[in-house]
Amino acid sequence: MDAVLEIAGLQKTYRSRKGVRRALDGFDMVVEAGQVHGFLGPNGSGKTTTLRTLLGLIRPNGGRMAILGQEVPRHLPAVAGQVGAIVESPQFFGNFTSYDTLSLLADAGGVRRERVDAVLELVGLRDRAKERVRTYSLGMKQRLAVASALLKEPKLLILDEPANGLDPGGIREMRTLMRNLSESGMTVLLSSHILGEIQLICDQVTIIAAGRRVAHGSVAEVLASHASSSVRVRLEPGIDLLTAAQLLRAKGAQVDLGTDFFTVGNAGNPAQITRILAEQQIYVSELTPTTADLESVFLELTGTAPVDGQNRQVDQVAATAQGGWGQ
Amino acid sequence: MSLYKAETRRLVKRRFTKLFTVGALLILVAVAAGVFLTNHKAGPDQIAEATAKAQADYKQSVAGTEQMKKDCAAVQGTSRANEFPPNCEIAAPSESDFNPDWYMPPTFNLKESFRDMVTTMAAVLALAAFVVGASYVGAEWNSGGMMNLLLWRPRRLQVLSTKLAALLVGATLLTVVVAALWTAAFYGIASARGTTAGMTSGVWQSIGLMELRALALVLTAGALGFGLASLGRHTAMALGVAIGVIVVFQFGVGAVLEIADAKFPELYLAPFWVIAWMNKQYIAENYNACNYDVTGSCQPDTLTMTWQMAGTGLIAILVLVVGAAMWTMRKRDIT
Ligand SMILES: Nc1ncnc2c1ncn2[C@@H]1O[C@H](COP(=O)(O)OP(=O)(O)OP(=O)(O)O)[C@@H](O)[C@H]1O
Ligand SMILES: [Mg+2]
Repeated sequence: MDAVLEIAGLQKTYRSRKGVRRALDGFDMVVEAGQVHGFLGPNGSGKTTTLRTLLGLIRPNGGRMAILGQEVPRHLPAVAGQVGAIVESPQFFGNFTSYDTLSLLADAGGVRRERVDAVLELVGLRDRAKERVRTYSLGMKQRLAVASALLKEPKLLILDEPANGLDPGGIREMRTLMRNLSESGMTVLLSSHILGEIQLICDQVTIIAAGRRVAHGSVAEVLASHASSSVRVRLEPGIDLLTAAQLLRAKGAQVDLGTDFFTVGNAGNPAQITRILAEQQIYVSELTPTTADLESVFLELTGTAPVDGQNRQVDQVAATAQGGWGQ
Repeated sequence: MSLYKAETRRLVKRRFTKLFTVGALLILVAVAAGVFLTNHKAGPDQIAEATAKAQADYKQSVAGTEQMKKDCAAVQGTSRANEFPPNCEIAAPSESDFNPDWYMPPTFNLKESFRDMVTTMAAVLALAAFVVGASYVGAEWNSGGMMNLLLWRPRRLQVLSTKLAALLVGATLLTVVVAALWTAAFYGIASARGTTAGMTSGVWQSIGLMELRALALVLTAGALGFGLASLGRHTAMALGVAIGVIVVFQFGVGAVLEIADAKFPELYLAPFWVIAWMNKQYIAENYNACNYDVTGSCQPDTLTMTWQMAGTGLIAILVLVVGAAMWTMRKRDIT
């Protein structure tokens, strides 16, 4: 498959009077044609910075980017017509109606005016199109933003948190819309914090933390490679769970006790569990990798899981054990 | 071209543009109406009336003097005598002190007065162009519209210069139309309430050139407002700078120069440069200096501010501001 979007070693450092902030630190990403690609990362990890850089709004300090095989930002004018984008709840001039806003964009970009009505219909704003944008609700503005991104019938659609402010119906509509768009051959890059949503609609994901890629691949791959390290252990009836747990803890395992089972959180190598227990004549009756959801994988990978009694600050990353115990 | 058309449409659609254009036009209409109402034609009726008034005043004055002489003669030798000049030498008024011309109602002389009207028009339109230019691009930056547009047209300099072009073409059209109407209106006012005498083709030509300078002033003001607002990415920036310049430069510097006893404070005050630009020159005078002329009377030092000097200054500021706006447009991150 062709890569519609390639980013390699992207660097961006913001400089201001208050000092420098390294927002992107050698970030890589590949999005293949026809995919719905999820772009995940905690607040301040560099998602919007990546998308802005890609769209030529900010200048990178290093790295390479290509859209549809064309090097950007150098060839951006050539590909801009095929890239529809919304970047972080876009704002519109409040005194124009949404029809005016879109028709001005259509004129500027040389798109047929009929498209305006078509996209307004698509995002459900047809009946409110002649009202001033200032009077819109958050979700209506967001719908207008999506409409503006769809206006030029792009090959690549970049949506930065498009579900922000949408009602449940709107979120489901957005999901269907994206499915349909991707079926019609459009590639969609979608940044979002709603992981359930991502899990439902994305073919592939890229997870960013602190300006670097920490995981990528299909949702199943990401889950498999990072979550299977947690296993649920059941023992023969009558055996004291606590003794077994203490044995394992002594060897460095993270054990959570349940009623008739316990889970080992960092079991990179489950065989280790059976071996340690068997040496003490304790036999395992069931050993299942727990299927983690995307959320826990995300929290683990990005080190942003909440810790009891602490207010985690943005940019603060917990020192999680990389890899697993017993490997 | 499609971008240019869209930008023109955006400019014209803005309520702010409409508001300030209409406001400027209303001010101009008010000025023209005021001139029309306060001036009158100098016909035979008015001349007769003025002559009669002058005569009456003269007679009254003569009678008054006579009365005073009588009163003076009556009190001679008493203590009240010193209320009057010695020997009752009271000069009789002469008839020439009562020139009927001074009793004429004001009349509009196109040749003499139209230039000031052109300057007025230029000032009003320039102010409107500044504010509209600033708000047009400032609101775009402010609202995020500029960012949306750049997602469609990534060539930043092209986008900014197209916007500027749309503004300047619009301002040119408006100024040309208004100047034509303005000239026609005052020709009408002069015909009805004054005189169009002395309007040779040379005079017309010089007025035409003056209107061209008015156009240049309006365009410069528009581009300055646009440039400043784009630099600050906010309408308020341009208006803030304008107000700052007025307050600091015009009042502050004026006061400081007064205290410092500067020779020609006009040199540092923008309105005089505008006048110099419009009227081709402005002669600043320093009354503290005394140069005796051939007749032995005192003449002030003078300094002539020419339109070439004013024009060079305008171009320098324009290049600086618009150049800086373009440069930051190219360089700065848009977040
Ligand atoms: N204009 C700016 N000047 C300075 N620092 C900035 C600027 N924009 C972003 N940053 C910093 O860069 C880092 C990445 O920000 P970015 O907006 O890309 O995060 P994000 O992943 O989009 O987060 P969110 O999920 O909250 O939208 C943050 O630490 C942020 O503070
Ligand atoms: Mg963001």
